[in-house]
Amino acid sequence: MKTFSKGGVHPPEQKLTAGNEIITLDLPGEVTLMLGQHIGAPAKPVVAKGDKVKRGDVIAEAGGFVSAPVHTPISGTVVKVDTVKNQQGLAVPAVYIKADADDAAADAEARKNAKPARTDAEIAALQAGEIKDIIKGAGIVGLGGATFPTHVKLSPPPEFKPEVVIINAVECEPYITADHRLMLEHPDEVIEGVRLLARSVGVNRAVIGIESNKPDAIALLQEKLAGATDVEVCPLKVKYPQGGEKQLIEAVIGREVPSGALPIATGAVVQNVATAYAVHRAVRYGEPLMERIATVTGPGVAKPGNFLFAIGTPLTTLIEAAGGLPEDTGKVIGGGPMMGRTISNLDSPAVKGTSALLIFSQGEAQRRPIENCIRCAKCVDVCPMGLEPYLLSTLSRLKRWDDAEAEKIVNCIECGSCSFICPASRPLLDFIRLGKATVMANIRSRKS
Amino acid sequence: MNTILLSILVLGGIGIIGAAVLFIVSRRFYVAEDPRIEQIEQVLPGANCGGCGRSGCHDFATACTQASTLDGLNCPVGGAPVMAKIADIVGLAAGDATPMVAVLKCNGKCEFRPRTSAYTGPASCAVLATLGTGTTDCSYGCLGCGDCVDACNFGAIVMGPDGLPVVDQDKCTACGACVKACPRRLIELRKKGPRGMRVYVACSNKDKGAVARKACQVACIGCSKCLKECPHQAITVESNLSYIDFNKCKLCRKCVDVCPTHAIHAVNFPVKKVNPEKPAAEATAVASNTPQA
Repeated sequence: MKTFSKGGVHPPEQKLTAGNEIITLDLPGEVTLMLGQHIGAPAKPVVAKGDKVKRGDVIAEAGGFVSAPVHTPISGTVVKVDTVKNQQGLAVPAVYIKADADDAAADAEARKNAKPARTDAEIAALQAGEIKDIIKGAGIVGLGGATFPTHVKLSPPPEFKPEVVIINAVECEPYITADHRLMLEHPDEVIEGVRLLARSVGVNRAVIGIESNKPDAIALLQEKLAGATDVEVCPLKVKYPQGGEKQLIEAVIGREVPSGALPIATGAVVQNVATAYAVHRAVRYGEPLMERIATVTGPGVAKPGNFLFAIGTPLTTLIEAAGGLPEDTGKVIGGGPMMGRTISNLDSPAVKGTSALLIFSQGEAQRRPIENCIRCAKCVDVCPMGLEPYLLSTLSRLKRWDDAEAEKIVNCIECGSCSFICPASRPLLDFIRLGKATVMANIRSRKS
Repeated sequence: MNTILLSILVLGGIGIIGAAVLFIVSRRFYVAEDPRIEQIEQVLPGANCGGCGRSGCHDFATACTQASTLDGLNCPVGGAPVMAKIADIVGLAAGDATPMVAVLKCNGKCEFRPRTSAYTGPASCAVLATLGTGTTDCSYGCLGCGDCVDACNFGAIVMGPDGLPVVDQDKCTACGACVKACPRRLIELRKKGPRGMRVYVACSNKDKGAVARKACQVACIGCSKCLKECPHQAITVESNLSYIDFNKCKLCRKCVDVCPTHAIHAVNFPVKKVNPEKPAAEATAVASNTPQA
């Protein structure tokens, strides 16, 4: 079975919710839609206080090419265009919308029985550019967690020729099962989304990479794709961080992304499986990205599960759906335990990138005491990018930015394998993230 | 021939040839340096702190010998006495430098600014600053991990018991290392003031008043009362935050009295009102209700 060659670790999988069907949460009475839910320029609001909006309306348009519009999942009235404290507690611009009671029933009905906006024949007749425009207009971003606008990845610079679309259904982070459930419950829709993505970049080959810890999903998709030549399933050996774009390309097609180059340099366009599903919804039902699936789980959570929710729903609603915060909660993480970020403000709304909420108790949330580096080089062994984490961390701590740049700190994908494996519990990634951010800022300022 | 003699001759020969090469090279490639640079370096404190804006003491000494006037050249560590000696060496008049001191523009002690989360990562403000607001709701205030303490070459900053760094104004040389080290840019070099008396806004929160006040009881809420009160036009209010220009401030302390959140601090002033019931000795004592800097 295939996998990537350099480094990697095997954290305990803890896929507690792999058997839990996706639960659809009711549309909330009010939503708060952040304008910067994606990588790139924040969206620009096109509504003002008091405006009436319908479900699916654009409330903020893309703020540039690398940007995405934001749509409202509920019909109602714009309460205000103001700031909201995000998951890290920083104030960011957002639009507040309150549902109108009269529209709530219609919204729920439209959500339950969505009417196709295009027939099979119309979909078959769509040109590559038209599919891309639909994706762009629907505000679809990479739903694996990085939230990079999808249409940008589908429009590579002219010197690169896409050869294959790789669908990231690896879900290598422990605990998260949202993509797994999506494949089990909506295999046909996912496959249609994959084919649309392949058509949008003009290739007729797509590979769905799935780790072998999801044998049911592999078997189901293989069964659905029996006889198909354009889409294939590629089972992968379990190893973290296989879901990293560069690692996945190497695992699936055996080509390494050169340092500093775009992944498209290998001819591969990588998209998440949830993104493929969102593309299907956008093309067939004309539905913009206003809902997504997230796993809410943790060792002490009463009813962990996978939830389909409207973007802009308060995080507390999601946690309530999973049985509420356990009494001795010490930490809530947005995303997976390896790469996710601690959420210090639970009053913030869910965003397009909310792929999981992990709830840990006081005891589980504690970091082990930091000890001295024993020069075991385990961090070097496990680094999937072939870097020297102990060195990058030290250079960053000492603020030797130029040396860190020479050691290729910007190649770090922040997967956390080094911090995970370190027997001295050194805060390697903490400092590397700081160094990477600083070095990237330095590079940008040199360019401008 | 005797082996011992041969060894001595060979080694001695190598030595003589080497000496000759060194002699020739030292003459041929001699770099003439102004002898005053070394004299100045001996006068300078030698901390290489960069507080003068140069990359080290040698660089500063070179700049002093090349300058036509000493205005703008100041060793904040050595201060006026050192600059006077340098002026003697280079034969110029010493520029006039106002003594400065590092001031923390935050008063978010634990009692005023409730902790909303805990942080167990590495003790580094720079790392904590990348994670959001830190352990409180204020996204502008002191993070309390002591990057400024580490940056200070003179032991002038220590972490106080209430989670904020305290500047020792006698040790502070205003080199500016802490200013650069603070990821939230909370430390400002301000005029030390006569007998250390100075007035400043101990807050950097640019949030709207209600938000700022919720995060911290002693935040500047941008109410502009101080702006209206100031008779010397020393105060500006921008982005919900008041700032006192230390060059215009006449230390009248009218703003201190009107500030509803006590965000404006006046330090090292004698106690203002004499309370007739208290002994007179206490009235002349230096005010200690506010922290030094």
